[in-house]
Amino acid sequence: MELNQLTIHELQEKIRSGKTTATEIVQSVFRRIDAVEKAIHAYILLTREAALAEADRADEAIRKGDIRTLTGIPVALKDLLCTRGVTTTCASRILHDFVPPYDATVVEKLRDAGAVFTGKTNMDEFAMGSSTETSWFGITRNPWDLERIPGGSSGGSAAAVAADACIAAIGSDTGGSIRQPAALCGVVGMKPTYGRVSRYGLVAFASSLDQIGPFTKDVEDCAILMNVIAGYDPRESTSVPAEVPDYRQYLARGIDGWTVGIPKEYFIEGIDPEVMTAVRKAIAVVEGLGARCIEISLPHTAYCLAVYYIVAPAEASSNLARYDGAKYGFRAPDSRGLLDMYKKSRSAGFGAEVKRRIMLGTYVLSSGYYDAYYKKASQVRALIKRDFDEAFQRCDVILTPTTPTPAFRIGEKTDDPLHMYLSDIFTISTNLAGIPGISVPCGFTQGGLPIGVQFLTGHFEEAKLIQIAATYEKNANLEKRRPTL
Amino acid sequence: MEFEPVIGLEVHAQLLTDSKIFCGCSTKFGASPNSHTCQICLGMPGVLPVLNRKVVEYTIKMGLATHCRINEACNFARKNYFYPDLPKGYQISQYANPLAEHGYVDIELENGKKRIGVTRIHIEEDAGKLMHDEHHPFSYVDLNRTGVPLIEIVSEPDIRSAEEASAYLRRLHEILVYLEICDGNMEEGSFRCDANVSLRPKGQEAFGIRAELKNMNSFRNVQRALEYEIKRQQYVLEGGGVVVQETRLWDDTGGVTHSMRSKEEAHDYRYFPDPDLVWVAINEDWVEAIRKDQPELPLEKRERFVRDYLIPAYDAGVLTTSRALADYYEAVVHLTGKPKIAGNWIMGDILRFINEEKREIADCPITPQALAEMIRLIEEGTISGKIAKEVIEQMYKTGKPAATIIAKKGLVQITDEGALVQAITEVMAANPKQLEQYRSGKDKVFGFFVGQVMKATQGKANPQLLNDLLKKMLAR
Amino acid sequence: MKIKKDEVTHVAHLARLEFTEAEAEKFTSQLNNILLYMEMLNRVDTTGVPPMTHAVAQQNAFREDNVTPSLGRDLTLANAPDARGDFFRVPKVIE
Repeated sequence: MELNQLTIHELQEKIRSGKTTATEIVQSVFRRIDAVEKAIHAYILLTREAALAEADRADEAIRKGDIRTLTGIPVALKDLLCTRGVTTTCASRILHDFVPPYDATVVEKLRDAGAVFTGKTNMDEFAMGSSTETSWFGITRNPWDLERIPGGSSGGSAAAVAADACIAAIGSDTGGSIRQPAALCGVVGMKPTYGRVSRYGLVAFASSLDQIGPFTKDVEDCAILMNVIAGYDPRESTSVPAEVPDYRQYLARGIDGWTVGIPKEYFIEGIDPEVMTAVRKAIAVVEGLGARCIEISLPHTAYCLAVYYIVAPAEASSNLARYDGAKYGFRAPDSRGLLDMYKKSRSAGFGAEVKRRIMLGTYVLSSGYYDAYYKKASQVRALIKRDFDEAFQRCDVILTPTTPTPAFRIGEKTDDPLHMYLSDIFTISTNLAGIPGISVPCGFTQGGLPIGVQFLTGHFEEAKLIQIAATYEKNANLEKRRPTL
Repeated sequence: MEFEPVIGLEVHAQLLTDSKIFCGCSTKFGASPNSHTCQICLGMPGVLPVLNRKVVEYTIKMGLATHCRINEACNFARKNYFYPDLPKGYQISQYANPLAEHGYVDIELENGKKRIGVTRIHIEEDAGKLMHDEHHPFSYVDLNRTGVPLIEIVSEPDIRSAEEASAYLRRLHEILVYLEICDGNMEEGSFRCDANVSLRPKGQEAFGIRAELKNMNSFRNVQRALEYEIKRQQYVLEGGGVVVQETRLWDDTGGVTHSMRSKEEAHDYRYFPDPDLVWVAINEDWVEAIRKDQPELPLEKRERFVRDYLIPAYDAGVLTTSRALADYYEAVVHLTGKPKIAGNWIMGDILRFINEEKREIADCPITPQALAEMIRLIEEGTISGKIAKEVIEQMYKTGKPAATIIAKKGLVQITDEGALVQAITEVMAANPKQLEQYRSGKDKVFGFFVGQVMKATQGKANPQLLNDLLKKMLAR
Repeated sequence: MKIKKDEVTHVAHLARLEFTEAEAEKFTSQLNNILLYMEMLNRVDTTGVPPMTHAVAQQNAFREDNVTPSLGRDLTLANAPDARGDFFRVPKVIE
């Protein structure tokens, strides 16, 4: 096994025992990047020199006995996390040259824990998409099938982890943007509770839905990264000052006696039969581990997509107003007056999907439509949240497919926005309710495409997700595969 | 037809916090451009706002001072519009749920008091500054002011004349400054006012179509602009025209209001609750703690001064123009027990000194103790009131106590009868003609003798004693 | 039709975007499909349901009134497409 193929906890062991160095690990990862990046294009920017310098410092620290949680571990960052002095583009032309003067809180925390950053990963422009096809810097391909999308919006992070082009990665999830690509790329991806991981320095898409989370090769690594990035941040008003448990303590506790809710609204026609089979198998595994699976109902599930595509674009239309060509980013040349400069810069700076959502969001907030759309959606959102509150009275966790289908073909849905939006149908409700969710691999299609199962639970109960996901992962007896690139 | 103006005012007051509303940048005025800015107030990608607690406290103070209801819960909304002085493309403000509502202030008019309703007081962030190049098609943006905390105080349309508007504004200004939550500097823009003006036929209930007036940066301009606008609308209406609902800018040099023609569409601000900020819950304890700390407000103070110190309303008005001055006055009153005399010295001399030098009362070299001591010396007869005029000027110039100046300059009053008798004798001898006139019944010449003796004694003669002696000796 | 082309043009102006005729046509039809899909929300009875504006209900997050260092002019203007002296420079509003 090459170093780049290992997990965080395996590498931690090798570093502690002196069997390898940070520099060896980082070099191994970059060798892999050099080999596969042309094919998958997971990164927008590689920070090779900085990474090697950091690895050097990490080795120095290791020699001095200063070994932290992530010392020497190469981590990739989705390119909407602000990095001081390193371009942060959101995969958009309008920010193609933006260099933040500050680090996101999550970046600070990872740095403090000793992580080495490999670069900034590709994504759908401003995280708006489910396929990483809307990036200004070109598409990312699924390492399991280069003709297919890796999912999105954090497709670059998912693909990089799946292709061993980093050890772990950070993404963001507004409607499934971590869990969906994790499922489609066969890795573990968690969206924590809203307010659990600081959003400070995360370029906003939809502020009431965005949440940062990890992509890892297994559940233990997920627990390790959550230990580093979770926690209250006074720089975010919506950050929650709740205690963060040591998630690693939950890896081996089992789920004997748990109740697992199976929402009937998530097992509907239209789901790919292979996905259905894999998820049914996962249910059987969970039952075999001593959990009782019961059918539950989340009655407002059918409305989630409609609510999401009002709330998220509304917030986005406002969040993206700052990209106006005045203070930073792209400004269209040769404009006649201020209004013209605004319109030309924004029209040329944003891609079609971003513009579509800005238009939709502007419309639903505009005079005369606010009540019918935004207010109505916010009310239905409350009912969706209530569904979950009631469900968690009856069960510890909820189990669902992460996505209705495995990875689809590149270009397959680009011309039909609504069809594309439907690929987030099982992940969106989580963000609307603010609850945490995790996607774990649960098998492959005949064609060799990964499938994910999703676990959901109540606010700030990520430990439960770690507990069930780790127990499932250990006992699912899935075939160990790596993408052949 | 007789028309009645209906006026409502929107006042923006910058709050005197050290740091901005959502970030730690300084609010100090006059820094070099774009130096009091950080990623947050610049609206860079990824930043988040965290509310300055003092902004809430100051707004509660203003709410209480204007008899508003302090809402148990308020929140923030985004007001979306594009302009280069607004880096996020939206202004964080309060919309559906402001901090304070349903209050009033009483204003004093020539014919008595009038109550003006306060609709609401809400919190928002200030925008930056835009400077236009006169010769080139460019504007320059300074974002130092971006994110300075503001409160907007919206009045009910209760105001019926330019004078009332002016009185209301002065009243708000005075309260803000008294509360020490706003420096009230109109030139620097810390206190700004927009007005909604319409006319309606007298006796009619429904309001007419209103114009919004902007760009009035002094009390005088507000009054002038309103007077102009009322006349303009009257002219329009009397000519059978209709007032256009629009924003008009006051042109100070021309003394007129201009329609603000712009290609901008009718505004659609698309307000919605800001997801980055949480609700502000204000419980009874918090309000009570602030209420306990509220200073006495100018109107209450004026009334108390008139009632307790028996001074004229005019004097009370002057002496309460600032909290520091009122405190100064009261300190002198407490030390001397002479409210009227203390007031006279402060209004006649102290204020003249500090106004000439544009100083604050806090920087006055004459402390209340020093002034009280001087008043005591007059009361005791050590110096005359006339001499005191000179003494107080020296006190102001040198910062020295009255006693030192009196001793150094030999200004102690002559209360020795013998010395005065001698001076009077000499004056009488030198002016036989006037003596003759007096004794033949011309009482008015008495003043002449007072003056001559005062002159001879360099003004140091005790006036009462001189009076008594002079009467006796002239009559002889 | 939920939204007509002239409305799309108006919304585009509000959002400071501009489209070609063809783009506007396409957007109009796409937005119409999406808005029609959203019609389903009218089937939900939301009488008396308070709108949910935050994913997790919280209140009173404050910072104290302390001044912290600013970025300084150079970093403030570092990303500006057109910085002149101490200022951001933008085209003038044309009346």
